[in-house]
Amino acid sequence: MAALMSFEEALEKFEPVLGFEVHVELSTATKMFSAAPNDFGGDPNTNIAPVDLGLPGSLPVVNEQAVRYSISLGLALGCSIAESSRFARKNYFYPDTAKNYQISQYDEPIAFDGEVEVELDDGTLVKIPIERAHMEEDAGKLTHVGGSTGRIQGAEYSLVDYNRAGVPLVEIVTRMIFGTEHRAPEIARAYVATIRDIVRSLGVSEARMERGNLRCDANVSLRRRGTTTLGTRTETKNVNSLRSVERAVRYEIQRQAAVLDAGGTITQETRHWHEDTGTTSPGRPKSDADDYRYFPEPDLLPVVPSRQLVAELRAALPESPAAFRRRLQTEYGFTESEFRDIINANLLVEMEQTVAAGAAPAQARKWWLGEILRIANARGVEPGTLISPLHLSELIALVETGMLTDRLGRQVLEGVVAGEGSPDDVVEARGLAVVSDDTALLAAIDEALATQPDVLAKIRDGKVQAAGAVIGAVMKAMKGQADAARVRELVLERANS
Amino acid sequence: MPDETSAITTDQVQHLANLARIALTPDEIAHLAVELGSIVDSVRKVTEVATPDVPATSHPIPLQNVFRQDVVGEVLTPEQALAGAPDSFDGRFRVSAILGEEQ
Repeated sequence: MAALMSFEEALEKFEPVLGFEVHVELSTATKMFSAAPNDFGGDPNTNIAPVDLGLPGSLPVVNEQAVRYSISLGLALGCSIAESSRFARKNYFYPDTAKNYQISQYDEPIAFDGEVEVELDDGTLVKIPIERAHMEEDAGKLTHVGGSTGRIQGAEYSLVDYNRAGVPLVEIVTRMIFGTEHRAPEIARAYVATIRDIVRSLGVSEARMERGNLRCDANVSLRRRGTTTLGTRTETKNVNSLRSVERAVRYEIQRQAAVLDAGGTITQETRHWHEDTGTTSPGRPKSDADDYRYFPEPDLLPVVPSRQLVAELRAALPESPAAFRRRLQTEYGFTESEFRDIINANLLVEMEQTVAAGAAPAQARKWWLGEILRIANARGVEPGTLISPLHLSELIALVETGMLTDRLGRQVLEGVVAGEGSPDDVVEARGLAVVSDDTALLAAIDEALATQPDVLAKIRDGKVQAAGAVIGAVMKAMKGQADAARVRELVLERANS
Repeated sequence: MPDETSAITTDQVQHLANLARIALTPDEIAHLAVELGSIVDSVRKVTEVATPDVPATSHPIPLQNVFRQDVVGEVLTPEQALAGAPDSFDGRFRVSAILGEEQ
């Protein structure tokens, strides 16, 4: 376990300099260079074409949709779109690619020179400079078998599944980020969250970090106060959640500060983030870009996006997540902290769609942040995967019109979550609708009054609270599926008639 | 340009050979250092003529924007996919453990 300096002391002595490489898997139907499905959850090696294995005689052909998605993403990052862009081979030997090279882009990326505005939790805005966003293909997935740790060291052999090989990626590379100071870990997290929100708003990726749709490599170096020389950087990989991004950056600052302060030097290397221990460990020494021997991909032709296409895609860009936030905050009229809760739960898009489907903002907020978030947390899933905004708005309407009580509403939610269909389907199948048929209610009331004759007398004497016992009995007889207020009304009516 | 001999050293050739996973004998390394050197010299000669306004040519045929629609096509069966594998296990390619990491 590496020695750490306290974060405060590290910041007193050094200035952190950050940089990020974020890989985004595009949600196209097919792969970047082959017509195999872009789908790698299932059985191994079932979604691969000859191109994905680099079989002799196979030739890659560029997926047009992937290019359009990449241009849209580039535009959303404030980038210029290249007049002419081409692919390059990045040569390395590792079995995650069967070709011994990855098709990427090198000196002519599709998008370059952008800027992303990132909003921190307290509303502070930070501008992150984007150097480039380039297209490339994902690699296959290795499982290391036989080692005691399951990690690479000590493994006896590795098994390779190439379903993911060739999945379209956009790699977003920032310039060096200065001046983050004490907020470096927080800014790191907010930056990745912003990229996630942008790609989701564009609809170009599922962007689920836990599934690897969005992966972040965090570069950290330290510069000693009072000097102008940049420090050696490390690149931390395997950072698979927003929380980890924040922790990993903080850890690297503390670790590097301790090394430098003790007179040591930082090795330029990749480091591996360990979620369980909250530490990083050294990976391989970082190769020089020259060692990849990039050269123009001879099997692919240049991509020359017409200015008309770029203009079309620019016009079709959705509202930026930042503008979207500001608009909804004004429209919903929540307090700052009420609104912040929605953002922190990452439910703004769900909120917007639920309100668009007809629900009142307050009701939508109550359900998303209440019952739905509770179920999601218990199951360790994203709330948005449990119920669609349309179904939730239908459920809210059923409660608002008195067809369901809050309690019945929660049961209907349970049914929808369990996959029993729309709220109406669940109400019907489970027989959950509030009994609003007065005849049925009156029959139950008469029965209850008959067994508790003294209650009737009390009510007639003006002791209205006594009705509670009868209401309780009726609700029980109706198995809870009655509107208690209506029952109360009917009991009083009956008693005083 | 016989005076301007190549700047390619035997160490550089050895490094390149390692990157390309090619085993070379000392004789081959010495030989290749000379050959690569003369190739670099030739390229240098071309760059003297090619001013920055001459675009780099990666393809001799003036074609661009050759795309494929994003429509799912045929895939290999797992058996076909693994047919050329030196070794496989449980539907996956089996390779010897390699010290290293994903790039």
